[in-house]
Amino acid sequence: MPAFSARLWFSRDLREVRLFLQKAKSTTKKTADKAKLKGLLYPAVIFVIILTQLPFLLTIVFSSINWNLLKPADRQFVGLENYATVFSSGDLIPALIATITMTTMAVVSSLLLGLLFALLLDRKFKGRALARTLIITPFLVMPAAAALSWKFSMFDTNIGAVNYFAGLLGLPEPAWITDYPMVSIVIVLAWQFTPFMMLILLAGLQSQDQEVLEAAAVDGSSTWKTFQLITMPHLRVYFEIAILLGTIILLQVFDPIAILTKGTGGTKTLSYLLYERAFIGLNVGEAAAYGVIVVVITIVLATLALRTLFSVFTRGVRA
Amino acid sequence: MRQRKAPWLGAAAALFTAALVSASCGGGTDTAEEAETTTTETAATPVTITVATVNNGQMKDMEQLTAEYEAQNPGVDVVFQIMEEGDLRSSVTADIASGAGQYDVVTIGSYEVPQWAANGWLTDLTPYVGTPEYDVDDIIKPVRDALSYEGQLYAVPFYGESSILMYNKEIIEAAGLTVPNKPTWQEVAEIAKKVKSDKVNGICMRGKPGWGESFAVLTTMVQTFGGNWYDMDWKAGVNSPEFTQAITFYKDLLETAGPKDPLSYSFNECLNGMKNGDFAMWYDATSLAGLLESDDSPVKGKMGYVYAPVVKTKNSGWLWAWSLAIPKTTKNVDAAADFITWATSKEYHQLVGETLDWNRVPPGSRTSTFENPNYKEAAAAYAPITLEVMSSVNPNQPGVNPQPWVGIQYVSIPEFQDVGNQVAQLVADAVAGRITVKEALDKGQEIAQKAGDAQK
Repeated sequence: MPAFSARLWFSRDLREVRLFLQKAKSTTKKTADKAKLKGLLYPAVIFVIILTQLPFLLTIVFSSINWNLLKPADRQFVGLENYATVFSSGDLIPALIATITMTTMAVVSSLLLGLLFALLLDRKFKGRALARTLIITPFLVMPAAAALSWKFSMFDTNIGAVNYFAGLLGLPEPAWITDYPMVSIVIVLAWQFTPFMMLILLAGLQSQDQEVLEAAAVDGSSTWKTFQLITMPHLRVYFEIAILLGTIILLQVFDPIAILTKGTGGTKTLSYLLYERAFIGLNVGEAAAYGVIVVVITIVLATLALRTLFSVFTRGVRA
Repeated sequence: MRQRKAPWLGAAAALFTAALVSASCGGGTDTAEEAETTTTETAATPVTITVATVNNGQMKDMEQLTAEYEAQNPGVDVVFQIMEEGDLRSSVTADIASGAGQYDVVTIGSYEVPQWAANGWLTDLTPYVGTPEYDVDDIIKPVRDALSYEGQLYAVPFYGESSILMYNKEIIEAAGLTVPNKPTWQEVAEIAKKVKSDKVNGICMRGKPGWGESFAVLTTMVQTFGGNWYDMDWKAGVNSPEFTQAITFYKDLLETAGPKDPLSYSFNECLNGMKNGDFAMWYDATSLAGLLESDDSPVKGKMGYVYAPVVKTKNSGWLWAWSLAIPKTTKNVDAAADFITWATSKEYHQLVGETLDWNRVPPGSRTSTFENPNYKEAAAAYAPITLEVMSSVNPNQPGVNPQPWVGIQYVSIPEFQDVGNQVAQLVADAVAGRITVKEALDKGQEIAQKAGDAQK
């Protein structure tokens, strides 16, 4: 009975492991050695704590102080007053909505475009290597430089390329920054992050088992059916990673907001609001309170998202 | 699973490396620029003066010419830290507020001077500027007033500016119009609407939200319309009828004759637009006239310059001065004072004119510079009106009613950066038509009143 013997073998193995561990324990029971071993760890542990936790602890301390840089005389401990200001000012909810809207729109649009380009670049054609290199460049441009070049050479109503082509095609020529601030920023972000999404999805496409695809073709499956039933399930993990990483990066977006809209028209995200409180309001205490709240919200949302939405983290990668 | 080769990865990697290299090179240059240092041989009792300043052309000229000063004063070493305006403001504020004492000389604007003097952060310069060679009375009076606190001078102006209306003579004349020397806003709006066509916009004004961007222009408009941020009791007047009238006028003017995408326009965008002949008129700083008249400008010699438009007041030009001050935390007060009185002296202006270019002399600080024949010739188009406007503005009471602070296009309270910025964003939403002017200003009133209450 092979099944039975296998189980026996397995349990015997476990018992062996346990015995081995007990032996190992008794040999290192010399407490001095143990202490020494632990001692060796401390510098690294302390370093990691200082590096990762101290700034956050300081932020919490700052958030309980009334501290405006321009009013040195008024600096004092105020407990939770800064938090009260944050919640009563009415800026937090709109900023949260702006952050979620901007991130969602940017992630979805760059993901769809990324998928399109990944599928195109997965095909064989002449000049493919060059096309792939060219299409990655937007991601390599510094965000501030990208925002500036969009502002002056694309969205400009006099000399901008977008309205020039819109005019040629007889389409309306909108005042981008004034009338469509959110859309303008999302366009810049989608332009920058499409290559990022494309790279991840392209890696997914290239790791597909060719034999499966060939088998599907032999069985007479149409291109669309193959894509729908084989490629898309295979890409799921890659989609999840692309969405997760893209969201993490796009949540912190700052440059295009500062350069294009200055936070008007519903584009004042949490990161821009925090910057305004700290560097225009020069109110360190209030800015720190915002920082703490943002961290708490992020931890809660990220935990929920990771636990429920992403199979990568719940089930692992099944290749 | 079959492995596929990816030859493009190599190309991508190469490109990425190139980007990294160029990025790090760029970073290197930036740091070098930010902390450029000038060093000379030091004598027996060497003194090092650290100067924090803003990265404008005139300041870079000062750094270059400081070698002359060091040659005259052996043993003094002047070190410059040149930064962007925003970085300068936050790093200097943090340095002085915390008493770190890193800087011996700081470059600050007229907005900061009276506040920092009130905080006790700045050295009173009155004892150092009394010499006949320095001739403190030669400094344009409104600038001197803006840099004083309780009758004492706390900073000396490096250069100053007011605001004027600049116009393209060719466009205005082609439309058969004239711009009066002292126009009213109503006249300007009429002209702007008449010259507006498919190719040319009537007027350019800063629309990008910010206390130093759109609200530099808007505060002067509000004041000449009879409104103001606060009255003598620090009661906010943001939703007063006059303030509302000014903002509505600005919004209408932008809609009917302004740039198509107003919220993306600040002075750089307007400057480009003027040079391209996209605009007939432009209301902005006097210091920008020099750029329209420079050799590389296509509109050089085609521009006319008149007073800032008014409604109820006689003048409505603003007043700004980049100034040099000495923080209380410095240990080298005498050496620092000696340096700043040199950098803002008549002798220094002469030096810039002779060694560099008369158009590069720091404008708008000294009356005598405007009388210099060389400067008069180089800056003939805009120098006379710059001097006239700068001497006639009144920072003590720019509007119709008295105000409890000194300053024109800002309120000299620490909260103003924040208040001005938030109200500017609300007004921008109103200009874009997302909310009404009334909604914007009612919310603005709340924000402004909170800051007003803190002053009582």
